[in-house]
Amino acid sequence: MAKAPARKTAAPKKVAATPAPASNRDKPRDPAPYDATPEELETFYREMLLIRRFEEKAGQLYGLGLIGGFCHLYIGQEAVAVGLQSALDGDKDSVITGYRDHGHMLAYGIDPKVIMAELTGRQAGISKGKGGSMHMFSVEHKFYGGHGIVGAQVSLGTGLAFAHKYRGDGGVAMAYFGDGAANQGQVYESFNMAELWKLPIIFVIENNQYAMGTSVNRSSAEDQLYRRGESFRIPGMQVDGMDVLAVRGAAEAALEWVRAGKGPVLMELKTYRYRGHSMSDPAKYRSREEVQAVRDKSDSIEGLKKLMVEAGISEDRIKEIDKEIRQVVAEAADFAESAPEPELSELYTDVLVEQY
Amino acid sequence: MAIELKMPALSPTMEEGTLAKWLVKEGDEVKSGDILAEIETDKATMEFEAIDEGTIGQILVAEGTDNVKVGTVIATITGDGEEAAAPVAAPAPAPAEESKAAEPVPAAAPAAEKPVAAERASDPAIPAGTAMVKLTVREALRDAMAEEMRADDRVFVMGEEVAEYQGAYKVTQGLLQEFGDKRVVDTPITEYGFAGLGAGAAMGGLRPIIEFMTFNFAMQAIDHIINSAAKTNYMSGGQMRCPIVFRGPNGAASRVAAQHSQNYAPWYASVPGLIVIAPYDAADAKGLMKAAIRSEDPVVFLENELLYGRSFEVPDIADYVLPIGKARIMREGSDVTIVSYSIGVGLALEAADTLAGEGIDAEVIDLRTLRPLDTATVLESLKKTNRLVIVEEGWPVCSIASELAMVAMEQGFDDLDAPVTRVCNEDVPLPYAANLEKAALVDTPRVIAAVKAVCNRG
Repeated sequence: MAKAPARKTAAPKKVAATPAPASNRDKPRDPAPYDATPEELETFYREMLLIRRFEEKAGQLYGLGLIGGFCHLYIGQEAVAVGLQSALDGDKDSVITGYRDHGHMLAYGIDPKVIMAELTGRQAGISKGKGGSMHMFSVEHKFYGGHGIVGAQVSLGTGLAFAHKYRGDGGVAMAYFGDGAANQGQVYESFNMAELWKLPIIFVIENNQYAMGTSVNRSSAEDQLYRRGESFRIPGMQVDGMDVLAVRGAAEAALEWVRAGKGPVLMELKTYRYRGHSMSDPAKYRSREEVQAVRDKSDSIEGLKKLMVEAGISEDRIKEIDKEIRQVVAEAADFAESAPEPELSELYTDVLVEQY
Repeated sequence: MAIELKMPALSPTMEEGTLAKWLVKEGDEVKSGDILAEIETDKATMEFEAIDEGTIGQILVAEGTDNVKVGTVIATITGDGEEAAAPVAAPAPAPAEESKAAEPVPAAAPAAEKPVAAERASDPAIPAGTAMVKLTVREALRDAMAEEMRADDRVFVMGEEVAEYQGAYKVTQGLLQEFGDKRVVDTPITEYGFAGLGAGAAMGGLRPIIEFMTFNFAMQAIDHIINSAAKTNYMSGGQMRCPIVFRGPNGAASRVAAQHSQNYAPWYASVPGLIVIAPYDAADAKGLMKAAIRSEDPVVFLENELLYGRSFEVPDIADYVLPIGKARIMREGSDVTIVSYSIGVGLALEAADTLAGEGIDAEVIDLRTLRPLDTATVLESLKKTNRLVIVEEGWPVCSIASELAMVAMEQGFDDLDAPVTRVCNEDVPLPYAANLEKAALVDTPRVIAAVKAVCNRG
């Protein structure tokens, strides 16, 4: 049963004209949109476009049977991973996410070839072809996966934050999860411990509005997900996840808070996925018009393109980048198709680290 | 340049589908994201989106066509000249009737060669004249953790009541005082959360020891033990490790009834990627706990509440570490092999003493590690005694006992002079009433009876 839409007004009894302050607790400063240089705009554009083209290609290869199993595409959500991860310190911060993970890896500069080769199940894939779309890791980049169980990455990410604090290395963990995972119990177990121990973690809810086929309104008693940390005293922020500069700006405000030792922040990024939940989603739970309206009005890449033009970057330059990205993706796809499958002996490797 | 549009695979199992409807016609301009057609799969009707920009050239499969094989060219698009939009030269899956044959792994693929298990290390020799000290299992476990914490500052202990309360069963007694609250961490009652937190901390480079007050509560957390800890190294192609110890009491305690009395050894021992240890005496508890903490692999360390207070001799050696994966012959014998682990070893030894008085010379093996299982030691003993009895404080169905019986069938069949026998708990949830509880649990008389039966001395 669908619940009533969120009310804008308060309870039936008369309230004073000025609402009582929600809380007098200290909270992160109000974020401002990031003031990007033209070079930074180009970098964001390049990274977001790479994710989009990569994912389109992945969808195509799936259709051709070169990618199997489950394959969850990030198309539409590009500004989230790029905006947030651009604010992190790659040398000390760590990132963890769920199964919709290709975009986060690309945003971290991991070679598209080894990601695509993992999707096609080849030896050259980042997990030697043994993980697939949902299970990819790069310890070198402090990217800790790539987890297939909805919500598990939130507890695991809290553990990464615990390790940062334990070692005193100054790092912050960023744990991404979706609006669907936001209803898992372990998320709240993690919130509790993270705030209790003031762990350096940013919880990121990528609210793309549908948990598979179930909309936030049909699944969430509190559908303003950034408020979900309130009873644990975790400050929340709601951010336009279709605007990379808003995302980056909010990430900086959140990082200031966490790096100051004040404990976790919960960010809700309002975003949208254009494709189905996975490749095998018939998407009958929303209308074609709804998807098209988001693409037309709020597309993060189109929005960024406008800003680039305003910043004096020429259409030709943008076209040049488009062409480069297409080339990078085409090469990744060629590599992923031609690379050999794992040796059969790989079946038995990596089960355990040590010999007993 | 024409791009071929092929019948897409829209689910992991789809082999063919119906081209229900074209939403474009020849000559239409399309761009990425436009819906081209509706395709009915084995599960649902799906929209087929354009990926490339261009103009629809030819439509090759008319709408309403059924059983269109995945990979069949259904239309062409004339590209806008960008070379990168070139079609994917897809070798697989081949179109139409060949699609079956084009499965990525041929049905007759040669089986991969299983690696041969390396010779297992033996227990370290105990030098002559080594003093033995009497320690309870509880103290041995505490000493092992304390020693490893002194040696490696990445090691920390976390769980419910491990710090200020000094451990619900006093296993972590004194650790808070020595190591402080950074390394001995009381958690809220939140097993799923702290098991996941521990696994994440291990992935992030620490060496967590996660205590479950009992393993009954670990069922709340079993997803992290199995999906997060056990599978990570494999799924990451050996890139990401999860060196963690999950420990706590396991099995029946005393009069706490069904929800608090279960042996999870067979559950965890069935999972590739885990190490499972279940020691009996204090020396093994100490030596194996130290090995578990040092292991690069995730370890499930199953203790037993009823053994915590029992005292055993422990060699007074600095850094007493035992090999994981090695069974221990507790008593040599020639007539029958009794194999057990954890609290069952005590029953087996008692039974062997009684049987000796009746002229049956039983060999008793403590498995100690349940995964990887030291089948070599069991089979070697079977070769000598030709009779095998397995004693397990746990349910009989899908047990360590059933696994060992299978090992004996597969690898020791010719050595068997009698059917393999198991002595397990009754196949019921553990009852509360004292008489029913007693009736449900394995005991020494049942072991003796089973041994006599396989020795034809019933």
